[in-house]
Amino acid sequence: MEQERSHLGELTSQIGKEAPARSEEVEKGAIRRFVNALGDHNPLYEDEGFAKNSRYEGLIAPPLFVLTLNRERRPQIDNRLGKGAVNAGNDFEFFCPIRPGDVITSKRKLADVKERAGTLGRMFLLTEETTFVNQRGDRVATGRWTTIVHEGHQQKEPV
Amino acid sequence: MRLKGLVFEQVAIGDEIPGLVVGPVTLQDLVEWCGAENDYLNIHYDEVAAKASGLPGCVIQGTYKLGMLGRMVTGWLGESATLRRIGVRYRGMDFPGDRLTCRGKVTNKYIKDNENCIELELWTENQRGEKTVEGTAIVTTPD
Repeated sequence: MEQERSHLGELTSQIGKEAPARSEEVEKGAIRRFVNALGDHNPLYEDEGFAKNSRYEGLIAPPLFVLTLNRERRPQIDNRLGKGAVNAGNDFEFFCPIRPGDVITSKRKLADVKERAGTLGRMFLLTEETTFVNQRGDRVATGRWTTIVHEGHQQKEPV
Repeated sequence: MRLKGLVFEQVAIGDEIPGLVVGPVTLQDLVEWCGAENDYLNIHYDEVAAKASGLPGCVIQGTYKLGMLGRMVTGWLGESATLRRIGVRYRGMDFPGDRLTCRGKVTNKYIKDNENCIELELWTENQRGEKTVEGTAIVTTPD
């Protein structure tokens, strides 16, 4: 019990701490794979001529393309969260479109830790927040990932 | 393909937006989503790994369902309107073989800071009648 308390204390002390920023180029092929996986054949994403004549004056990526940025090619559940980690929710706010060729810098931090009583014991809700900024310094989007971690599973390095 | 623009005046609170039926979702769809999202978490395609994690089997990614809700909303918006916010809670699991229906309903409309805002309630339901994702979105339209 003492150990768990001190552990939650550790997590709370990590709130606001940023992980190293990452910059990556938005490749046309990555947009194509994204829209194909969803069957989202919107001409704003695929039809150069159509997009050029639209108010965007060129191709854009779907707003939720930000899901693909700053991701790791992880085969297994994050060690830091352990076996009991479940994706509980996502929240995105969009400020301007992403275009092919953009270079997006992502900054992730632990935004919030909440403790809840569950039927199987305590659980923690961890919210990580990522801000996405393009090469012109325009804020593109903010995303939040909320993960539920059930008590009894080892948690390591929250960020 | 042509996109119609959404007209603020023609949207009423309580309207349902055009839904989207997805699937039956296959394991291949989930693998393709792993590639698209660059997240190869094995509980989404490896039955042994999924069961070892205490799941009944491979589960459909929450973000795949979010992506489909996004596709439904932006398809409805057309060229002139803009998705400003989308947020979802993952309430339940869906599995390969499931058929998902994405749905949305207008819950509010108002003008704020000279912008035409429309609020939506969003959800997915499977063939068992379970609402497995619930969420909201805010979109804006020009005059």
